[in-house]
Formats: sequence, C-alpha cells, structure tokens
Amino acid sequence: MTVQTQSLLFSFAAILVLAVVFLRVRLQRGDGEDYGPVQGRAYRIRAVFFWVLILVGLPISLWLLRAMPYASAAAGAQVVNATGAQWYWDLDREEVEAGKPVTFNVASTDVNHGFGVYDANGQLVAQVQAMPGYINRLTHTFDAPGTYRVLCPNIAGWRITT
Amino acid sequence: MAEALAQGRPDAAAADRATPWVVIYLVTTGVVLLLMMLLGLLMRLVQSGWLALDHPALFYQIMTVHGTGMVGIAALGGVAVMWHFLASYVTLHRAALGINFVLFLIGVVAILWADFISGFGGAWTFLYPLPALSGGAWESGSAALHLWGLLAVGVGVLVICLEVGRAIIVGYGGLGRGLGWHVLFAGSTQNVPPPTVVASTMVVIVTTPALIAGAASLVMSPVNLYFPDVAINPLMIKNLIYFFGHTIINATIYMAVVVVYELLPRITGRPWKTTKVFLAAWTLSTTMVLVIYPHHLMMDFAMPTWALVIGQVFSYMNAFPVLVVTGLGALAILNRSGVRWDLLVTLLLISMFGWMAGVIPAVVDATIAVNSVMHNTMWVPGHFHFYLLLGLLPMIFAFMIYLARGEDVAPRGGDMAAVLYLIFGLTFTGMFLLGGWASVPRRWAVHLSEWMVYDRIATIAAAGVIVLTTIFIAMFLARIPRILRGA
Repeated sequence: MTVQTQSLLFSFAAILVLAVVFLRVRLQRGDGEDYGPVQGRAYRIRAVFFWVLILVGLPISLWLLRAMPYASAAAGAQVVNATGAQWYWDLDREEVEAGKPVTFNVASTDVNHGFGVYDANGQLVAQVQAMPGYINRLTHTFDAPGTYRVLCPNIAGWRITT
Repeated sequence: MAEALAQGRPDAAAADRATPWVVIYLVTTGVVLLLMMLLGLLMRLVQSGWLALDHPALFYQIMTVHGTGMVGIAALGGVAVMWHFLASYVTLHRAALGINFVLFLIGVVAILWADFISGFGGAWTFLYPLPALSGGAWESGSAALHLWGLLAVGVGVLVICLEVGRAIIVGYGGLGRGLGWHVLFAGSTQNVPPPTVVASTMVVIVTTPALIAGAASLVMSPVNLYFPDVAINPLMIKNLIYFFGHTIINATIYMAVVVVYELLPRITGRPWKTTKVFLAAWTLSTTMVLVIYPHHLMMDFAMPTWALVIGQVFSYMNAFPVLVVTGLGALAILNRSGVRWDLLVTLLLISMFGWMAGVIPAVVDATIAVNSVMHNTMWVPGHFHFYLLLGLLPMIFAFMIYLARGEDVAPRGGDMAAVLYLIFGLTFTGMFLLGGWASVPRRWAVHLSEWMVYDRIATIAAAGVIVLTTIFIAMFLARIPRILRGA
C-alpha cells in the first residue's frame, strides 16, 4: 500500500470517527440536563483522549521520523545532476539502474522549482524543491524498472517545468 | 483542577463595540468572499476541462488573487468577530479599525490592478526571486505593485494587533496576564481573563512577529526588483514568507473562534470556564504556532534537519489544544443541553467539526514521510480548505446571523442550509484530498483527463457552497439597517 493510500485511509477514517461523535451530539435528545455530570464525563473523556494522543500518537510521530529523506548519499549511489529552469528540467543522465540508490543533485538556474519524480502510473514517488544558490540532494531507489517522469508541482511562472 | 469563571467588565453593556465598523468589515468580508469563491469556481471549471481560458497566464492571475484575497478577508472577518466580543472586556479605540480598513482597500486596489491589469501571477507566496524573474510573464512594476499592496494589507492588520495588545496590557496588566499566566503558574483567582481575552492575547503575540517578518520580506523583494544586484538569500526569505503566511492564516481562526466561546454559553446556559487546562492549551498553542511553520519547508533539504523535525513533531502536538480543549469543550457544552438546532447553533457546531477534522489531513501532511509524496499536491489545498471552508467560515457566518438577529440567541427556524453547506463543503474538500492521493499537482491549470473526475465533482460542490454562502450573506445584508439602528 502506498504512502498516499495509507494517508488517505487514515485521514478519512479519523474524520469519519469524528463525524460520528459530532452526529451523536447533534442527534442527542437532551432536555437541558444539568451541566455538572455532563462536564465531569467530558473531562474524563478528555483525559483519556489526551493520554492516547501522548502515549500512542507521539511515539508514532517520532517513529515516522526514521523515514526522513535527508540522509546523505549512500556509498556507491548513482548520481544524476538535475538543473531546473523556466521551463524545463535538464538531467545529465536519463538512465539509471533499478534497485540501486540514485542521488539527484537538484539545482536551479533561476527561480524555485519542484522536482517531482512520477512513476508510469502517474504516482509521485519522491520529490525535492530546487532553489537558486543551493543544491538539494535527493536519494531514491527505484525498486521497479520502468519509465519515470520529472514534473514540477511548484509555481515557476505561468508555465510548468517538465 | 482550578477553575475560575471569568466575568466581563461591569460596564460591558456600555462597551464601544464600534458596530458600524464591524458591519462594514462584515459586508466587505461577505462581498469579497463571494467574489473569491467565484474565482475559485473558475479555477475548478478550467481544471475540469469545462472552461477554456484565452491564455494560461490568466489562471495564475486568478489563483494569485484568490489566495491573497481569501487570506485578506479571513483576517478582516476574524478581526470583526474578535473586536466585537473583546470590546466587552477591554477599551479599544475604533480608529484602528478605520486605519486597517483604509489600508485594506488601498491594498486590494493595488493587488487587483497588479494581478488582473498588469498581469502578476506569482501566487500569494511571491517566492523570491520569482517576482523579478517571471520569464516574461509580467513586468517588475506589476510585481512591485502587488507586493506594496500586500504590505499595505499587512500593516493594517498590524495596527489592529498593536491596538488589541495595548488594550489587553492596559486592561489586564500585561500580555502574560492576558494569557492567564498568573492563574496558570501562580494560582491567582483575581482578574481571570475570559476565553475571548486569552484567544485575543494569543493572536497579538503570534501575529505581530509574523506580520513584521512578512513586512520584511515584502520590503526586501521590491528592493531586489529595483536593484537586482541586491541579492537575497532564497532560503532565508522563504522562511520569512512561510512564517508570515502560516501564522496569519492560523491566527484568523483563533480570532474567529471567539464567537464559539461567546455564543455557546449564551445559547446553552452553560459557562465556558477559564480552567488551568484551557490556559495551558492556549499557552501551548501560542508557542507551537510560532515554531511549526517549517512544515511548509520539508522538501527544502537545505533546511536544518532539526527545524524540520520540530515542524513534524510540534505540528502533531499543536493539534492537542484544538482537539482536546476547544473541540471537546464545545461538544461538552452542547451535549444533552436541550438546545434546539437552528442555523446559528448548527453553524457553530460545524465550525468546530471543520476545525478539528481539518487538523487531521494537516497533521498527516506535516509528517515528513508523507510530505515527500504529498507536498505541492492537491492534498495541501485539501487540508487548508477543510479548516477554512468548514471551520473559519461557519464561525464568521454564525457571527453574521447572530448580528442579523439583533444579538438574540433564541432559536428560530431550521438548520437545513447549514447541513447542506456541510455536505457540499465536505464533498468539495474531499475531492482535493482525493486529488492529493492521486498525486495531482496543486497548481496546474491544465489537468490530465484521469484527474478530471475529482475536478468535476469539486466544481459542482463548489457551486453548491457558493449558493449557500450567498444565502448566509444575504440574510446578514438584509438586516443591516436593523443592526445599525440598534448600534
């Protein structure tokens, strides 16, 4: 399952749970019940919710940091120098070997660009921003052989860099 | 748990709420909001393939006006809400409202001229050096006009912040006391700030430095336009711009949420108490909103990694105050309260749902592993449209309805319009999120045919949202003479 699908399913499920809670409050036929007991229950729910967010959610957030893309290039990585300009990408090589890490040295000659790597199904598999004066290094391993496209999802004028 | 029921000033009834100015703000908010929504609809029509523009540059001019305009009216509407209720607790000088409004109008005229007549289309982000290097899309003069216009709008909001800050310092003895630190840390039960004052204090603290950062970037960019040899560090100015933009748009919700704190207790007869948990939540929000903006820069690998880690972890933790304190607090007050669900109370309920639910895709996108494949896709407008369309706007609509009813919270009528607004709004934002899932770039004018299913459903939903927004605003406009007679 791709990161995109996991993100979508998690988000929709969490929103759905929240919607059910709100719907329950909306459909509740109260008769102006004394606020004290209602508030007491709410405080207890709040405490449980808070500790779940801390004890479950926070470790997950920290655990997810292991997948940061900022690590320096792997030894023996294939190197591709990519230079963005209005409105094209210039790659100094267009073929790499699948299964071995590729480091893209991403630069810009003019404005900020997006360097988005799309697979044959049109799915974004990795990206980095290109910024004048900086070289951003993106390391990615293409697990499957195929044709990938570099597209710019950023604004760089009224055309799109491809 | 210490609790203290904060009271308004004894002379609250005689407070100068500057109602004519608040009405002017809301009328402007409503009219500009509708125009900006129509521009948004145009963009979705173009992406749907249902409308062709003569020149693709026009799409980016529309996008720039839409984004900048929406942030502008979010601030204008938020200020109206905050000012109206805050005036019960502190003495505010209405001249600040006038100065802000004049600067807003100057800014709007400049931006409209720069974008639609002179052709600037560099988005609200005006990322350096794009204003100067458009590739022939616009002249330097139009970029400068847009930036000066935006500066005028920002300075106007800064004037409001300084006035609100001054009033809170005078009324409560300092911004720390406005946040209730004497209650939180020293256990005092004296001069406890009500939720409205706490929220307003937070707005002052976070918005002022953000506006200064924004002003700095808005001065530096034109300097580069006029003197190209004066180079700016692109990463530094990108940090300034996102600190500015991120903080301002968040602050607009913190301004507007005051209507929830003020009206739910009146509607249900249940107080919203200033507890230590409440104060701690707002202090945490104040801190975290200021430091989490690097989540916009996660794909700028030149950023220090520690800043991006803060962007992820603190973005997650920044959801706690919204979810755990304000959201659950609102649900508790409404639960089994016997309230009759009319338009006003349902809009308030939706606003809490929209804010809380909008936090979820926002936190997901602020996770570096996710941002690697979601950044600059439709997921991004998906999350911010969620909490703006379904969080912020229902707060402002509720405030309009409240004023239109002569500040009477007695239930009247049904809530079908609000429910329909929710359904159309959910559909609209859901299509953005699905577009993000499908890796659709967020700023492309022309879409591939396989993406258009999301665009077309969103277009229909957007039309529904606009119809209902028109109804809410018309209800307010129709009652303006009555509101002003009672002022």
